[in-house]
Amino acid sequence: MQNRKHKNKAVILRQLRENIIERFFQVNGLFAVIVLVGIFSLLLIEGLPALQSLGLKEFFLNRIWDPTSFERESYGLLSMIVSTLMVTLGAMVIAVPLGILCAAYIADIAKPRVREIIKPVIEILAGIPSVVIGFMGIIVVGPMLAKIFGTSNGLNAMNGSILLAVMSLPTIISISEDAILAVPQEFKNASLALGATRWQTLVRVTIPAAMSGIIASVMLGMGRAIGETMTVLMATGNAPAMPGGFFDSVRTMTATIAIELGETVQGGIHYKSLFVIGFVLFLMTFVVNLVSDVVLQKYQKVSR
Amino acid sequence: MKRKWRDMEQALGFTVLRLSAVIIIVILAFILYDVFSKGAGVINWEFLSDKPRKGMTEGGIWPAIVGTFWVSLVTVIVSVPIGMFTAIYLNEYAKQGRLIRIIRLAIRNLSGVPSIVYGLFGFALFTLMLNLGLSVISSGLTLGLLTLPWTITASEEALKTVPRSYREGALALGATKWQTIRTNVLPYAVPGMLTGTILGLARAAGETAPILFTGVAFFWPVLPKFPQMLSQQFMALPYHLFIMSTQHHEIVKVRPLAYGTALVLIFLIVLMNSVAVVIRYRFRKKYKRV
Repeated sequence: MQNRKHKNKAVILRQLRENIIERFFQVNGLFAVIVLVGIFSLLLIEGLPALQSLGLKEFFLNRIWDPTSFERESYGLLSMIVSTLMVTLGAMVIAVPLGILCAAYIADIAKPRVREIIKPVIEILAGIPSVVIGFMGIIVVGPMLAKIFGTSNGLNAMNGSILLAVMSLPTIISISEDAILAVPQEFKNASLALGATRWQTLVRVTIPAAMSGIIASVMLGMGRAIGETMTVLMATGNAPAMPGGFFDSVRTMTATIAIELGETVQGGIHYKSLFVIGFVLFLMTFVVNLVSDVVLQKYQKVSR
Repeated sequence: MKRKWRDMEQALGFTVLRLSAVIIIVILAFILYDVFSKGAGVINWEFLSDKPRKGMTEGGIWPAIVGTFWVSLVTVIVSVPIGMFTAIYLNEYAKQGRLIRIIRLAIRNLSGVPSIVYGLFGFALFTLMLNLGLSVISSGLTLGLLTLPWTITASEEALKTVPRSYREGALALGATKWQTIRTNVLPYAVPGMLTGTILGLARAAGETAPILFTGVAFFWPVLPKFPQMLSQQFMALPYHLFIMSTQHHEIVKVRPLAYGTALVLIFLIVLMNSVAVVIRYRFRKKYKRV
């Protein structure tokens, strides 16, 4: 009797310890949620006073951003939102076809030995810091663009697009490659058995079957391009005005925060309006990620 | 005739695919070649061990190397334990359900939050609210949060490679869940986690936007002793490159120094990547034998 009681106690203690350990890991798991909610709330708390006192109209309908003007301070985000979208769009025009083609090459026709070479190339490219890419924009891409198009300097939206394309390529390639590899071999076999060439199979069967994964990869690449700071800060010229085309110098949302946060009075309206930019940026990337998430989930269901 | 056209179409298509892969390789090769060929000339002992002199037109980058090292160290201390524990929870304990879905959604979205937004957050929270000021600690904490999703994902990948049977064997012998994880899962997953950690660290070392407002300094030559320096500003390699290529008053004159800084930065990152790859390779080989 005494012995059994003892044993029960040991079992209960052991169970208790196990439960505590599990709770400990669970709390850590919740940390990611806390951080995400924390970022959202802090941006909102810091930005809200500016939104309230200036109004949504000032931020989203005004075309001029000039918070330090002597006559009338202006807080229009429109020009920098357009700049961000423009540079991102340009980057996608370059990176999407190139990325998908490269992913198809790696996944479908490259020999194992070639794959062994090109996979690390993409990993290293993904690891090149954004400042180094920006540096390349200043000393290589900029002068090149100026020479080709005869502009005074090459620090413009086009330069930013080229650099952002390089930065989003690794994301697009590696996720598209996974999607193409996940297409069941039976699909391809069926197509080949019907007499289609490998090329026809790739273009008409494999890539359409992997399409949702490819779309997700493009969305993620786009998210990276929207949020990239240092490259656009260094290579796009940073003129805070509504851009008229790809040869204009532009200033994106990220670059504006990077340039101005250090110069503002903490707690002032200019300072708070930078958090509004941060909040808008957060929402934009959040939506992009959410869409890619939904698309990706759909694709996982299909491939199963 | 038709067959011929089809073959030509295929040959043409494959050529385009090959060409796109060649373009990617050329881009990387060009960056590495350009930085190496123009940066190698300034690399010498003085450049690596000296502080910047004469308004940063001469001298070296030692303070920036040290600053990057310390910030990275704080980043690891913040991000690795939480990331590992989260991965253990997600992969070993959690049952499918709403909570898990929310956590995974949060992780995926965190990895998409722009680095400058982390910078804003770190500045408002660590520098101002928690009064940690412009310091190694503030920057390290900010980068720690930034790298968190990467450490979680990498740790989870590592845990997933451990076969189910390892766990079942221990559980069948009457081990508790934690005993199983400690003795039969973690020892096999740690090398993989290490790989992920080093890769995350390499990316953190190259980040600039998150440290921009949380502690990095234009010029900070003093290198105080260990504990005090954590609460002070610092220089960092990526920021130094940014300064040397955009903000310096004699930009053309210091261009070689900028190239040298870029070379050291890329070298460090490629080195860390290679170490990670070697660990992963050895780990896999060991696995095959088991």
